[in-house]
Amino acid sequence: MTMNRRTTLKVAGAASIASSLAACALQGGYTTTPSNTSARTPTTTTPPPLGHVVIVGGGFGGATAAKYLRLWGEGKIAVTLVERQANFISCPMSNLVIGGSKKINELTVSYAGLSKLGVNVVQGEVTNVDAAKRSITLAGGKTIAYDRLILSPGVDFMFDQIKGLDAQAQSTVLHAWKAGEQTVALRKQLEAMPDGGVFAISIPKAPYRCPPGPYERACQVAAYFKTNKPKSKVVILDANEDVQSKKGLFMKEWNGTYKGMIEYRNNWEVKQVNAATKTVESELGETFKADVLNIIPPMRAGNIARNAGVVNVNDKWCDIDWITMESKAVKYIHVLGDAVQIAPGMPKSGHMANQHGKVAAAAIVEMMNGRAAAPLTMANTCYSYVDADRVVHVASVHRYDAEKQTMLTVAGSGGLSAEANALEGAYAWGWAQTIWDDMLT
Amino acid sequence: MFIAIFLPLSGVTVNLRKSIFGTVFSGFLFTMSAQVLALEPLPNKTTNLAPSRQTSTNPAYLAANCANCHGTKGNAQGAMPSLAGLKASYISEQMRAFRDGKRPATIMHQLAKGYTDAQIDLIAGYFATQTAK
Repeated sequence: MTMNRRTTLKVAGAASIASSLAACALQGGYTTTPSNTSARTPTTTTPPPLGHVVIVGGGFGGATAAKYLRLWGEGKIAVTLVERQANFISCPMSNLVIGGSKKINELTVSYAGLSKLGVNVVQGEVTNVDAAKRSITLAGGKTIAYDRLILSPGVDFMFDQIKGLDAQAQSTVLHAWKAGEQTVALRKQLEAMPDGGVFAISIPKAPYRCPPGPYERACQVAAYFKTNKPKSKVVILDANEDVQSKKGLFMKEWNGTYKGMIEYRNNWEVKQVNAATKTVESELGETFKADVLNIIPPMRAGNIARNAGVVNVNDKWCDIDWITMESKAVKYIHVLGDAVQIAPGMPKSGHMANQHGKVAAAAIVEMMNGRAAAPLTMANTCYSYVDADRVVHVASVHRYDAEKQTMLTVAGSGGLSAEANALEGAYAWGWAQTIWDDMLT
Repeated sequence: MFIAIFLPLSGVTVNLRKSIFGTVFSGFLFTMSAQVLALEPLPNKTTNLAPSRQTSTNPAYLAANCANCHGTKGNAQGAMPSLAGLKASYISEQMRAFRDGKRPATIMHQLAKGYTDAQIDLIAGYFATQTAK
């Protein structure tokens, strides 16, 4: 596939480029078959695309961007979404599978809805990004050209930061921090654990995906133990100095509902693991032995972001322009979600990634129509279940600060639940159903 | 400065610019017309379009902040309240009541404080024009 369109593309906003963009996008890879130009034939009712956006990663960020590019692009922007999994499985709510009140299929949504919206959904693994040629390569060698690339790669784990956590150890010492097989496997480990056992969960230093998630998981496991294995215990080994999110609300549950069942240890950073004995060791040489060991390793932007050259903060995260979500390191590549170097007070959450996806979609729609993108407001809501029914939330609204060129929490906005309550339990499940719909159908 | 031709039912593509009524108003009109004309191709001539559809005040973009919980175009799932088709004045009123602490809420009193009056009215206007499913 030849790509000689780059010089043409530099004349952004020129009246005549729309059709050449379309031709190149199609030939370059939207259909992935060079000879296939059927989308351009006059028989289709779709006007020629203004450009081709390729999205890598069909999670909260990428799927949302795909949907809204189709919606706001009024069908004139060709969108390809490359995702390695056959179906979307939600990380938010996956702690309920570990607690036992939900099944993984209740958190699984097909990508068929996006296909119906005209998104070209490709199941595959991206092995390389060529920013100069503006194309990606899939495992198997197929290349797809883009006018703009959106990377929504989530996180990858730095297993090498924990001695002994090699591939074999990883098969029994689970993170379950990407929903799917590991979520179900961790639940099975808990079911197999005899009463009187200890479940230990380790938390890496912030920033990590889903700040309240580990504490929610501790509550979920304790809720399961309380009913089924009342002599068992939960121990939280937190590499951080303190609880990272909703502290007062979680502590109230640990000292109330789960009194004597949950132990919290701060400044406990797991540096070594022995999978056979289920023992962990801290950097200070303390050891802890558990019956079920759940290690959440340190994380950084998904590996494909490194390959693309957009990781430019601490060798971990991607610095972006908050008006367009475009990388500050590589032009025409936008980055969303957990992989992004977050703005102050902004969590790495699925809800936030959805908002990133919309900001990127709006900016790309504007730019591809020859207009300038402008800042948008973003909101965050994180619900955490402290048992099967009761929930605590944290919420915030973020506005662009032109002087600081970042998003700042709007003064006075946001806050926490007064206490865990069942009304928000119903809302939280409604939130999940709605946000899945908002990104996938 | 004001060169707005708003003919949403005529099928004529509309070119709205920053009006004397402010970008807020023009942005809203444009989006309404854009929806009506969803099947019409965009004008080929983009040269003079630059700030006509201000991203920051485009109600569709703004209201997408709410869609995570209240659904795409205001049609929510499960226990979450839908907003599509509600009266604009009602939505604005409720948002201000949340913001000012006059209407108790689990979360909306905290989120409503993040938006300006102008933003609230734009969002309300957007949901009012959506169809409840």
